[in-house]
Amino acid sequence: MQSGERSTNVIKQLLSRHETYVALAIVIFSIVITAINPAYLTLRNFLGLFQTYAFWGVLAVGVLVVLISGGIDISFTAIATVAEYVMATIMLRFGGDIFTSLLIAASIGIVLGLINAVFIHYFKIPTIITTIATLNVYYGVLIAITHGSILHSFPSWFNNFGNMLVFTIPGSHGGSPYGMSVLTAIWIAIIVIVWFILQHTRLGRAVYAIGGNAEAARRVGFNIVSIQMFVYGFMGLIGGIAGFMHGLMIGAAEPNSIYGHELDVIAMVVLGGANLAGGKGTITGTILGVVLIAIMGNGLTIMRVSSYWHNLIIGVIIVVSVSFSAYRGRRAVVRRSVSKERTEAVG
Amino acid sequence: MKRQSSELVTLGVMLALVFLLMWILSPQRFATLTNLQSMGSQLAVIGLLSLGMMATMITGGIDLSIIAVADLAGIVTAFVLTAHHPASGFMVFIAIVAGLAVAVVVGSLNGLLIAVVGVSPILATLGTMILIQGFNIVITGGGLISGFPSAILFIGNGNLWIFPMAFVIFLGFAALLHLLMRYTVFGFNVYMMGSNPTASRFSGVDNTRVLITTYALSSLYAGLAGMIMISQYNSAQAGYGSNFLLLTILAAVLGGTSATGGFGTVPGLFFALLILQSLSSGLTIIGFSGFITISIWGIVILAVFVLNFILSKIGDRRRKRTDPPPYLGGGELRNDETSA
Repeated sequence: MQSGERSTNVIKQLLSRHETYVALAIVIFSIVITAINPAYLTLRNFLGLFQTYAFWGVLAVGVLVVLISGGIDISFTAIATVAEYVMATIMLRFGGDIFTSLLIAASIGIVLGLINAVFIHYFKIPTIITTIATLNVYYGVLIAITHGSILHSFPSWFNNFGNMLVFTIPGSHGGSPYGMSVLTAIWIAIIVIVWFILQHTRLGRAVYAIGGNAEAARRVGFNIVSIQMFVYGFMGLIGGIAGFMHGLMIGAAEPNSIYGHELDVIAMVVLGGANLAGGKGTITGTILGVVLIAIMGNGLTIMRVSSYWHNLIIGVIIVVSVSFSAYRGRRAVVRRSVSKERTEAVG
Repeated sequence: MKRQSSELVTLGVMLALVFLLMWILSPQRFATLTNLQSMGSQLAVIGLLSLGMMATMITGGIDLSIIAVADLAGIVTAFVLTAHHPASGFMVFIAIVAGLAVAVVVGSLNGLLIAVVGVSPILATLGTMILIQGFNIVITGGGLISGFPSAILFIGNGNLWIFPMAFVIFLGFAALLHLLMRYTVFGFNVYMMGSNPTASRFSGVDNTRVLITTYALSSLYAGLAGMIMISQYNSAQAGYGSNFLLLTILAAVLGGTSATGGFGTVPGLFFALLILQSLSSGLTIIGFSGFITISIWGIVILAVFVLNFILSKIGDRRRKRTDPPPYLGGGELRNDETSA
């Protein structure tokens, strides 16, 4: 009896979470795709997919932190591009090793992110305006200096690191061996770190707090300056790391291959249940959002649906998802006020 | 009112300075009729898009779907035109009406999602943006539609005496929006809703209707921009003008539109557009690349905000206010919820 009650409670709780529905969508799509082409549901396919999407997944995690804090960052694609380009230039001219390259990209990212934070915090410029402006400034200056030329022929130590596998699985039936890419490992590491920061540190709770109600957070004694510096500096750091990963993935620095996709990344995070009012969003949701977009693209290709349809289908999913979550949010508010009235009537 | 007129003066001074600077930098080529004409016709597309963006920003929202809608309207018009070869004058008219009608339908859909379903404007229009972009690719098969009658080409490239037709269209619709916002009940309601949606609801304003109308209006202006775009490119395609999206937000903000709603005027936006167009045109003449121009736009916006902030700080000190100003940063997007 009791255990039955408990399990219905668990189900109720699951049904009240946005993540459950995203996960459900992933399962349903997976079943449909597998029914049409069994090549989809293989470890090889998924490991390849996560290698491709690790870069976007890393950016999505950074965007999540900014959205939770009640802000938005549009400039991260420019930050990633600039970090990648500077890293590549230094690497090609002076050599170095994989750690100095990562360090260079990360530091550039942090500096650019902190510039955003200064405008946002000290001059009280709305985050969307600040970051649209700096997106154009960072990217415009880079293109003006480089004329958009592509850097390639990276040293072998760099490319080798990018091709590294964390573990390998021998291919069955004489197929080539495959494994988990180092890019996926970086994504997982960042997920774990951000999860830990958000759930288990004072800093993480502070990010949720300023997103929920900045004024209340300030009065309670949170240091708003340092939290905002952390949020935008961290987004910058993530942008820098993503730039480093992009270099590993492509083996070249192309100034125009990340820029322009800022809203696509934000859409993945939003799909995972984060909203732009701040104070909400989970890392699980964000991962599921990225995975849903990844398997949709991959699944449609496997089902031989023309790539022309991809954007339309992803657009439909996003519209349905945000509408559904707004509708549920509204219903929850109504239900809460009804039950409150009831308890008041009883009392 | 006082805030708005002083803002216009500031923008006017800025415009005069930028214009003079560009004139001095290239005396032979900047203030020529040809250059001014080309500035005017370039300004039309981003101008119409910014007008639509501004209208939604005044309600406290945003419309990210405008570029996708502009492309869609252009594609629909192009389909009707190329389906009826050779297109008569009447067919041209029908084609334009069809394109604009589709735009208004999408805009109303945005409005419904925001006002009725309760999705925040940035998410609703982000969704429809990706959806419509996808739809555009599907219906065009990723290709280009071209071969338009001369009447269509005239819209974007012709001259009315010395004035570029595109600029005249922009000016006409800017004036129309100005009248709508300034002298009608609808305009009054838009401002009131943008500054305080709860107050406007309790004073009898139908917020739902105001929102749906505003987003339909924004899409209509995007559709008009789409007409000029297909005329100037002499073709329709998914993906035209995608660089304009974020720039329209910057233009609106430079013109005094608040990111949290309630403020923004057509004259302010008009001055802002002239400033930005003079900057990019002047810099291109000197030989700067388009990208450095865009980054200078970014710097100008940041500089204006920083300057405003410092001036207001000085003003505060002069008034010897003792209590510190409340913390305001970090939550400006909260207003997105107000539509719920």
